[in-house]
Amino acid sequence: MDPLGQFRLTTGLGPLGASVNFTNSNEAMLAAAAIIIILFVLGLRAGALVPGRTQALVEILYEFVHKMCIDTIGEEGKKFFPLVFTLFAFILLGNLIGLFPYFFAFTSHIAVTLTLALFVFIFSTGVGFYTHGFRFLLFFVPKGVPVWLLPLLVPIEIISYLARPVSLSVRLFANMTAGHVMWEVFAGFMLLLTAGLGIFGVIASIIPLGLNVALVALELLVACLQAYVFAILTCLYLHDAVHMH
Amino acid sequence: MNDGRDKDSFEQRLVAARGKAGLDRAKSSASPNSAAAGHNAVNLAMRLGVELVAAMVIAVVIGWGLDKVFHTKPWLMIAMVPVGMAAGLRNLIRAVGPAK
Repeated sequence: MDPLGQFRLTTGLGPLGASVNFTNSNEAMLAAAAIIIILFVLGLRAGALVPGRTQALVEILYEFVHKMCIDTIGEEGKKFFPLVFTLFAFILLGNLIGLFPYFFAFTSHIAVTLTLALFVFIFSTGVGFYTHGFRFLLFFVPKGVPVWLLPLLVPIEIISYLARPVSLSVRLFANMTAGHVMWEVFAGFMLLLTAGLGIFGVIASIIPLGLNVALVALELLVACLQAYVFAILTCLYLHDAVHMH
Repeated sequence: MNDGRDKDSFEQRLVAARGKAGLDRAKSSASPNSAAAGHNAVNLAMRLGVELVAAMVIAVVIGWGLDKVFHTKPWLMIAMVPVGMAAGLRNLIRAVGPAK
């Protein structure tokens, strides 16, 4: 039993992939991007006034993120919609294809989630400086505070700002990793029961099997929820950068 | 007046009957689906825990780095610990506190 073995990186795409260190994680990323693009090409090809199933799915996704952008960031949210939608779709598809057997959940690696979170963090800080110039530094000065407290409060604000990419990435990574490990552990119980108790163990292992089936539903929820949380926090950070409060 | 009293008693009887049949239960408890509610609680605890620890980690790393620069081995790191705690609590309050 090796519950963490499923996150091990191997090389994909045969000998060519091995020579350039193209990993199975990269394969899953390419698959996620390809699925999104194919889904949108197929869904929008018809362009019907009354959408079919694929077109309805694509339009619901689009409008959901569009509404989230405008509700959270404000009117300026339209400018950031492509970024937020790309992040949301990429993470959602990454989480979802990771749920299938023989696929790799690339969002269960902190290297991937931290890269995404650092990109969001640096981008939103850049947006802040771009819109407000150096007045953006006033973001770290809480309003209505006596001056003698500022030397203490400004470092606190800066650290709580710097903690954003950490909490953003750890949340996604930990949720995905925990779910996948839980699956493997319950599956391991089945092996232990059958090896230890014989025919009675085979019958008893229905219990962990049932739990795993229930966990599939939970993991489906977590996969969608965490993509949503990542996207809405990106929106919140961009809101802070644009409006400074 | 007689008409109004009849109507009132009808409303009362309707509420009583609905309550007996369990039709109004969905309104009183916001989410009857206990699995979803339990998951939300786990999710909340997870989020807040990460929020609290992340600021602490960042503060300690900054203190450790400054110690390396200024050769003041443990002192800046120690000084940053309360700052990190305060920042973590600040994030926590921002996450669950009243909306702006």
